[in-house]
Parts: sequence; structure tokens; C-alpha cells
Amino acid sequence: MNNKIENTLFQCRAINKEFGNVRANNDISINVRSSQIHALLGENGAGKSTLVKIIYGLLQPDSGTMTFLNEEYSPKSPKDARALGVGMVFQHFSLFEPLTAFENILVGLDKELGEKELHASVIMLSESYGLEVNLSSFIGDLSAGERQRVEIIRALIQKPKLLIMDEPTSVLTPFECESLFKTLKKLASEGTSILYISHKLKEIADLCDTASVLRKGAIVGEYDPKKMTPRELGEIMVGQSLFKPKRPVAANKSNKVLSVKINEVKPDTQFGVTLKNIDLAVYQSEILGIGGVAGNGQEELMQVLTGEKKDRNVSIKYMDNDIEMLNPRERREIGLAFAPEERLGHAAVGNLNLLENSLITDPKKRFQMKMGFIDFSELSEYTNEIIEKFNVKTTGVSALASSLSGGNLQKFVVGREIGQKPSLFIVNQPTWGVDPLSAANIRQAIVDIANTGAAIILISQDLDEILEISNKVAFLTNGNLSIPTNTMDIKTDEIGAIMGGISD
Amino acid sequence: MDLSEINFAVLVASLIVASTPLVLAALGELIVEKSGVLNLGVEGMMIIGAVTGFIVGVETGSAYVGMMAAAMAGALLSLLFAFIILIMQANQVASGLALTIFGLGIAALMGHPYTGIKSPQISTISIPFISEIPVLGTMFFQHDLIVYLSLISVLVIWYFLNRMRAGLILRSVGEDHDVAHSLGYRVVTIRFLAITFGGAMAGVGGGYLSLVRVPQWTEGMTAGAGWIALALVVFSGWRPFRLLIGAYIFGGITILQLNLQAIGVNINIALLSMAPYLATILALVVISMSRFRGNRGAPGCLGRSFVKIT
Repeated sequence: MNNKIENTLFQCRAINKEFGNVRANNDISINVRSSQIHALLGENGAGKSTLVKIIYGLLQPDSGTMTFLNEEYSPKSPKDARALGVGMVFQHFSLFEPLTAFENILVGLDKELGEKELHASVIMLSESYGLEVNLSSFIGDLSAGERQRVEIIRALIQKPKLLIMDEPTSVLTPFECESLFKTLKKLASEGTSILYISHKLKEIADLCDTASVLRKGAIVGEYDPKKMTPRELGEIMVGQSLFKPKRPVAANKSNKVLSVKINEVKPDTQFGVTLKNIDLAVYQSEILGIGGVAGNGQEELMQVLTGEKKDRNVSIKYMDNDIEMLNPRERREIGLAFAPEERLGHAAVGNLNLLENSLITDPKKRFQMKMGFIDFSELSEYTNEIIEKFNVKTTGVSALASSLSGGNLQKFVVGREIGQKPSLFIVNQPTWGVDPLSAANIRQAIVDIANTGAAIILISQDLDEILEISNKVAFLTNGNLSIPTNTMDIKTDEIGAIMGGISD
Repeated sequence: MDLSEINFAVLVASLIVASTPLVLAALGELIVEKSGVLNLGVEGMMIIGAVTGFIVGVETGSAYVGMMAAAMAGALLSLLFAFIILIMQANQVASGLALTIFGLGIAALMGHPYTGIKSPQISTISIPFISEIPVLGTMFFQHDLIVYLSLISVLVIWYFLNRMRAGLILRSVGEDHDVAHSLGYRVVTIRFLAITFGGAMAGVGGGYLSLVRVPQWTEGMTAGAGWIALALVVFSGWRPFRLLIGAYIFGGITILQLNLQAIGVNINIALLSMAPYLATILALVVISMSRFRGNRGAPGCLGRSFVKIT
């Protein structure tokens, strides 16, 4: 016992923080020991982000005390936190896109450092931790994984004793996740403690030594993730048992809803992927899962399917009509619905409130009265239904879309599209950044509309999600789509080969 | 008409004088915009600088004291703008326009008793030896202090933005104020400083107009120079050296067309007066076309209010 106390690196006692009348942190106490990866686990809106912002000095607690290295710790700003040895890597990267990687690292430092000296330490860091980055490239041209490496280098260069990672894997490909875990384990073995925020239960079991679980702003308890199944941990986190959605009952082969044939579609930008040899069909009451590592043509395929990109060389048949030259709105009018991956600015307009965001994707003019007036009572009823059914945490229908957390906005977007009762629903990454219970709810809702006759194309990088609810699966590699196979017939060991592009 | 009446060396020398107010005001606005603030009040700050500089210059008999007063007046007016947009978080475009209108009005009021008076002289500083060089010496090395300062400012601002840590922080705030805030930088303070600097530079630009370039006070004498300065910042792609070139093209054609008018060239005066504006736009459009990635210059948060995230 004595040993444990000596090993304590960071401690917070009875932290309270209120926003208006919402208690984001309620009497939170945690204890991070040195050289440990300590998980902070909780649903969207459980108060994890608030707590780490307090630790990093971005917010000040209403009450409570913190100690760091056995001394009182109350940072007034991130600068204080960094100076004392606390670093942080943000979920939504805090990098400047028009600046180079090097400039971004420079601007995150609190003291002037010679260019040569800095270069040398960056290269040393990237070599010893496998953080490869081209320093002279602009952040805007880098992938999510590379951006994260820039952030990690920026944090590590100040030699933190405690590194906070806020949902670091939510934007990474599985391969990038693996190399991140290696880096983190190495850091921990060398004496840096890591406060690791996530709601991905599997990775916490793999990576973390301790897990503090937060629910509704309060600590539920501290657990050893190595001694528990992810499912048990997940149930503690949501406070109820998790359910697994069942895939829709076998499809009725005769009712083809959509068939797509693509020989070749060139990308619009030099960083895009060329789509080649895509041949897919989806039937009524069927979920077609499209898997694959990010950046293999998911975005491009989504654009062709939604009509954001129209191309004469593509053939898209929807219930015997050629729709390849229809724009997104025209496609929506005939019963298609889409939920693109990027939530703010693509799936929803940040500066409009939830009511308005429901209205703009309503092709059937359900909320329109005579002479173009909006039927607000109908509209708010519809929007409230989404909020309730999908457990969207928000202050109400008049909240701006940008004020919602990522996961909550995602729930809203999927709910809004499903509420249109589409005949064909095409969704990219429906549960990205969403906690397990809400994710299960979203999947269940997708299965439900499939069971009532809708066809679904589910593009996702979450392999478990695809295998769980799809009737058929296909994989994207380098813009090629493998031939859709029945999920039942596919073997897990084959998937790796397909995704790696080794076989088709 | 006799083109030989135009002395090329004198022409270049006077184009530099004509362009200096633009260079000064535009450099100030460049810094302001790099910090993410769009201040459309340049015209207002210039004219306040012009009238204050002139009044103080006449009363003290020193053009330099006048120039300093002009800088302070411009900075003071810009502080009003900074307060409105940073503390009260008002819309930047509307506030900037209001600043211009306010500046023009109050300058007319202040300057009324001073109309038609001559300003104190500012002495030219001939740089030893190199000012003796024929033609080149006349063109570049027989100017007043402010001209030299404006050229040094171009260099210093380029160095500040591209080579100094403080400049990098300023740019960061302009590119993404939320990220800068989350790194612990004081967005509002940095913008306050940038706006004040921009105001002072616009003020000096105005003061130069009334004390050196014209040199007397007439109502509305800036005649759109503030707007040209704003346009130069955008067209230059937020780059100090291009901004200097743009300003000199504008100043050069202005002087040239005045000379052409004076010797009685047979071109419609309206067309001649239009020429500087057209040529500047054309030249800068061509410059910005030549590099396809020239858009990197526009700060990401330009014109957006900063609201602290929690």
C-alpha cells in the first residue's frame, strides 16, 4: 500500500465543475501512478473531456484539489501545465493546417529553441518512438495518423511526465493504431504516465493498466481492464447490460433496390483514390457492409453514391431507373438517404440549429405548409423524436449543431436520415466516435429499417460493426471493391488478406 | 506633347513618395489581418492620422512631432475598434465600416479651421555617397526619414512573420484561434496588439499624406487610399514584398498619369485617372495567378469573432 502512494504521479480529489445547471464533473477523484497507462472510460458526455481540460489548465475547477509530483497543482493555463510536465494530445487535432509540421511543433513550445537543436530533438524522438513525419510538409496535406504523430512529437518534446491522450484512435486506421500503441507502451516503460481517454473497450483491455470509469460526471470505480472482458467493462460504463443488434432476416433476392457499376472514376484531387472495377447490388431488407482501411476510396465511393460527384461512366440503377446524373437532392426525393462521415460541414451545418438541420434534408417537404411557410410544430416534434430515440445529449432543438459533441451530432445525423424512412440508406461510419450503448442503438435502428424493407449500404472501418449487422460484405482496397460475399460464409482470417489486397 | 519633358528619375522619386502612405497603411493592415481580424476602418484611421498629424505639425512646427501624433491618433481610433470587436464581439465588417465613417466625419470637424494652411517642411535625408550616384541617387537615396522607415518596415515585417517565433504565434492566432487558445495563447491580447499596430501604421500613412505628400489639409483628402491599402493586402496574398510592389505600381501610375495630364497627352482624363486602379488590380491578379497555391496567404480565421470555448 505504501508503495502505491509513493508511486503516485498525479492525483485529483473531489473535482467539481458545473456548466450552467449541468454538473459535468461531480466529486471526481483519480489517482494516476507513474509509468502506467491509465484509462479514463465513459460515454459521450460523461465528463471525461471536462476533467482532462481541467488537468491541462484549459478549465478551472469550481472546487477540488490536484497534486502532481507530490506538490499542489493548479494550472491557470495550458502553459502552466506544460511547464510542470503535463502534455496533451487532443481528439480534434490542435494543429494549424496552413503551417508546416515543423512550425506547428515550434508554436507549441513555450520557449525559443534553435532550429537546428529542435530538428535534432524531433529526429531523435521520431526515431526512438517510430513517429515518422516529414517536417516540411503542410499539415493540410497530411493524413490523420501523420497529424497525430506531429501532435505527439510536439507533446513529447517538452518531456512530459504525464501525457493526456483524448480519444487518440478515433481517427486512425487499424495499422496506425497498432503503431500508436507501440509508442505509448514504450513511453510508459520509460516512465511517462499516460492518461488515456477512450470508449473503445478492446483497446483499453490491450493497452491500459488501470481504468477509471466515469458515468454522468461521477466516478463509478477503478478497475483492472486486464482482468475483465470488454463487455463487462462496457456494462459498467453504461450502467446497464449491452445488447447486440441482430442482422436483418435474410433478404428477398427478387427486389433489387440499387445496382452500381463503375469501370473507372478518377479523383478530383491529387490525393484522392481512383475507383476501379466496382460492381455491387443491394436488395430490399439487406445490409451490404463495405469495409476497408480509411483512404482506400470510401470518400470517393460515397460521393458517387450520393451524387455529389456525377460521372457519365458510372451506371447507377435505382429500382430500374438510371440515377447516375441526378444530384443529391433529386436522389433524396426518390427515397435515398445519406449520412456522410464528416459530421460538421458535410452532414450538418454547424451554424444552424437542430430544427433547421432537420429541415434542410427533408426532400419530401413534410414540414412545408402552404405558400412556403414552415410547419414548426411538426418540425420540432420530428426533431425531438430524434433526440429522444437516439439519446442525443443537447440543450434542445434550438441548439446549434456545432455545440453538440462529435458523437452526439453523429447520433442526430443518423437519426435524422433514418427518420426520413428511406428505401435506400447509405451511411459512412455511422458510429464513429459514438459510445458503445449509443452505437448499439444506432446499429439497431439501421437493422430496424432494413427489417421494414429498406436496403442499406454501410461503409465502415469498424470491422466488428460490419460483421455484426451486414448480410453481405465487400472490402475496398485501393479503390477496388471485392466481390460481395455472404457474411456467414466469410472467415476472419480471409478478411486480412482481402483488405491487404492480396486476394480478391 | 513632349514625352522628354518627363524626367524619369524624378518620376520614380515622386512615385515612391506617392506610394509611401499606401505602403504604411497596408503593412499595418497586413499584420492585423494575419492575426485574423479584418479592419475595414483603414480609411478612417488614415484620415484621423492625416488631420491630427497636420494640426499637431502646424501647432508645434515640427513634421516629426506631427507624424508621431498621427500614429497615436490612428492607434487610439483602432483601440475603439478593438474594444468593439474583441470585447463586445461585434461584427468586424460592420464595425470597420462604422470606423471609416466615424473617422471621416470627425476629421472633417477637427480639420475645418486648418483648411488652406501650409504644413511645416520635412527635411530630406540624402544618404552620403550613394545619393551622389546619377539617376539612382535621385530615385532612391534623397528621401525623407519616413520613406526609409517604410522600406525598413517591409523588411522587418517580413522577417517578423517568417523568421520569428512571435510572428509565428501571430499567424497561428489568425489561422485558427481555437487551436491557439487550446495551446494557451492569449488570442484577445495578441489581436489587441495587432490592431493597435495597424492603427498606428494607418495613422502615420495618413500623416504622411497631409504633411508631406500634399502637403496641406483638405476634407476627405485620403480619397480612397485606405481602401486601396486594403485591396493591396488581399491581392498581395498577405506578403509584404508583393504588397510593396503593388503599392509602387499604384503610386507609379498615379504619378505618371498626372505627368501625362500636365504635358497634355491626348487621352481622356477620366481614363487616365482610372489607370492606377486598373493597373494595380491587373498586376496583382497576374501575380496571384502565377502560383496556384497562392491562396495559402489568407488567414483561416479572418473576420471571425473569437468566442472562448469551454
